[in-house]
Amino acid sequence: MFQLINTFLIGITSGSIYSLMAIALVLVWRSTRVVNFAQAGQALLSTYIGFEFIQRFHSFWIALVLSMIFGALISALVDLVFMRLLFSRNTQGPIAGVAPIIATLGLLGLIRAGIGMVLGSTDANIRPPVSNVGFTISGHTLAFSPLKLLIVSATLVLVLVLSLIFQRTNIGLALRASAYAPEIARLAGVRVDGIRTLGWALAGAAGAAAGMLQTPNGTGALSSDSLEFSLLLVFGFIAAVIGGLESLVGAVIGGLLLGLVLAFVLTYISGSLVFITAFVVLILVLLIRPSGLIGTKRGRRA
Amino acid sequence: MHKLRHSNIGRLMFFITVGILLFLASNRVDELRVYQGATLAMYVIAISSLILLTGYSGQVSLGHGALLAIGGYSAALAHNYFSFPIWLCFIVAILVAAAAGAVLGTAAARLSGPYLAGTTLALAVGLPSIANQFGFLGGEQGLLFDVGMPPARLGATFSPYKWYFWIAGVTALIAIWSLQNILRSRFGRTWRAVRDNEVAAELVGIHVGKAKTLAFTVSAGLAGLAGALLAMTISTVSPSAFPLALSFSLLTGAVLSGVTSLPGVMIGAVTLVATPEIADAITSRFATSDNVTTNLPGLLVSALLVLVVLLVPNGPAEQVRRIRSRRSASTHR
Amino acid sequence: MTLIVSDLCVDHGAIRAVNGVSFRIEEGQLAAVIGANGAGKTTLLRSLSGLKHSTSGHATWHDYDLLHAKPEVLVRHGVSHVSEGKSVIPELSVEENLDLGALWRKNPGEARETRNAILETFPRLGERLSQLADTLSGGERQMLAIGRALMSKPQLLLLDEPSLGLAPLVIAQIFASIRQLTIQMGLTVVLVEQNAMSALEIADVGIVLNLGRVAVTNTAQQLIADPQVRAAYLGY
Repeated sequence: MFQLINTFLIGITSGSIYSLMAIALVLVWRSTRVVNFAQAGQALLSTYIGFEFIQRFHSFWIALVLSMIFGALISALVDLVFMRLLFSRNTQGPIAGVAPIIATLGLLGLIRAGIGMVLGSTDANIRPPVSNVGFTISGHTLAFSPLKLLIVSATLVLVLVLSLIFQRTNIGLALRASAYAPEIARLAGVRVDGIRTLGWALAGAAGAAAGMLQTPNGTGALSSDSLEFSLLLVFGFIAAVIGGLESLVGAVIGGLLLGLVLAFVLTYISGSLVFITAFVVLILVLLIRPSGLIGTKRGRRA
Repeated sequence: MHKLRHSNIGRLMFFITVGILLFLASNRVDELRVYQGATLAMYVIAISSLILLTGYSGQVSLGHGALLAIGGYSAALAHNYFSFPIWLCFIVAILVAAAAGAVLGTAAARLSGPYLAGTTLALAVGLPSIANQFGFLGGEQGLLFDVGMPPARLGATFSPYKWYFWIAGVTALIAIWSLQNILRSRFGRTWRAVRDNEVAAELVGIHVGKAKTLAFTVSAGLAGLAGALLAMTISTVSPSAFPLALSFSLLTGAVLSGVTSLPGVMIGAVTLVATPEIADAITSRFATSDNVTTNLPGLLVSALLVLVVLLVPNGPAEQVRRIRSRRSASTHR
Repeated sequence: MTLIVSDLCVDHGAIRAVNGVSFRIEEGQLAAVIGANGAGKTTLLRSLSGLKHSTSGHATWHDYDLLHAKPEVLVRHGVSHVSEGKSVIPELSVEENLDLGALWRKNPGEARETRNAILETFPRLGERLSQLADTLSGGERQMLAIGRALMSKPQLLLLDEPSLGLAPLVIAQIFASIRQLTIQMGLTVVLVEQNAMSALEIADVGIVLNLGRVAVTNTAQQLIADPQVRAAYLGY
């Protein structure tokens, strides 16, 4: 019984992290029709910056907020420099559709190599800000601790705030309009380019949050070639696809679903099959419901 | 000469000539160059597989490293557990990787753009870790893949590296020649039609899904062969031999080569072999720290990828061609 | 405030879609631009609203250069464009579509006033405020598109084929509304239309485009009476 509950809790926790990453990917996808693979590298960089702030201010919370701000700035910078450069050139040929994606991949490599060079010997370790010892109920220890509660609630709060922004504010309306129909939005007077950069900034903040929250939850150690961040990217992508790349709610549901499925495989089948399962889920969703389990039938072509 | 190149006999002669030249060259250069030659041959095959997939059939793969890994591991397993002779191990590598490519290809045929990219990326990230899980794959350490010493009749001074180079070189020549034949056949025409306009291709009766899957299968087979060659040159297969960086490198090589042109493959392959050399030169010149040294090759490759995709997405060769044709067009006004 | 276009040339790749077009529209006039398919009408409009880059020539509205600014900037200078066929966002509600046009305006009170005025002219929109634009009929969508453009309180309104795909009765309604709004809001309007007769009936001035050039310019009445124009574009 407790194993079931624990598996569920593990799934929710890891699923929340995947959701955060998925949100970052979806935000960029909706505003620019690009999957920004460099998001993982940006998240890594933001987390390193967060680590530095922890050293400076001795507070995880301040560092979290600051790393999100920096994550936003970095992401906006990437959009301004990179993407505008890309879109100002008219490409033809077989690469045209995926040139931006390959560029973000190159950027990912650049960021990681750069981090390795500059920060490689920094012994970066982020310790949990709250206890990571599981709650106990009638003698059993749950796979849920204050830290994991923090992760799940932080994700919920972020999603709520983002949804509010999107649905209830003028900026949110501009963001949605620019994503659905940039030309019409322009004709209505919306500064679509600036709005797009804002979308990227929000994505950067979400990615930074994912990095900052996941690191103390894992080994706590940061390194430029960590498999963890690569997996975070992949699982975040899969979560986004499950939810259909179009909606934030979908990203969250996709993340949670993926987290739960993987947790069950981990506990009841075998840890070594986790990645294969994720991959199979990805393929299944893409083949059966390409617009995602949540998305409307708007097709999965770029 | 132009006409000669295009006839089949002409092309065969070309390849044989190149082969003879390489053989002569291998006797005159030092160990390091010969070893690099083997690596070069491996890259030529690997990059060609990507050129086939992307340039000729319009599908993108960010994770070809995984297919190389499959080929490499298959070859090693065939050698270690079944004691197959080397050439048979290579065939096994091709077949197993092609089979994987066929499976992947049926899924890939229905995907496009970012979905295909993400899926192949996922494969590249996750596949090496699978090797860690299963005992018979040798785990973290990997497996040994020892093709053995060169045959006695070549003499006692014939180094193993030269042997690798000969094997790799001949393999590459045969592979590229075969690939060229396939590309010039109706398969190649079908793929190009699919690449240029899927809808139009369907309308003329081409089964787009099958064509794409076939392209993926052939590409994967080639990649598997390259993987086996890679394993041969480093005498092992392990997860760390096929990192994500390898997929990035191959992608960079393909983009540099000009994704649509097979002859351009040399540009990409040479660049990939030269990059570690250049990185070495830089680090020894500037006496850099360990961190910089380990990360410099990756930095150079990534920077190259970004620059090329941003500035000359169809490859430098294609760009030059376009400028030339634009110039000649304007003089005709 | 006049719209002055002189020697405007716009290329689509190797094809010159607009070839040395010149005309002048006075403030408060409704100008109908008619011509066959491919005459360059839509391209002309798109170059005036910043959506398409022009090759050479001039176009000024009230001495403000129209040819070298982005659409979102032109909106802030009083130019609104209802583009052909796809000018509402189906994923947003009617209300959101309307609000979109006034987002850039600083004064929410004024924006509300404008909205009320628009809903008076198009009461059907008022009934469907919270519905998704996806659910509207063709005529309602066109009303919404025009309404959204008017929310920016433009002085120059560019309309691209508002009658496209609509039933004759609906077309008559919409054109009547356009005429009414032009007078009511003191607009200057450039109306591009395939439906030459309906357009000329509500217009003051008519410009006939043929293969990218201006074939005839005249008052609407005289164009309707012109036998050549009647034969070529009015069907009788």
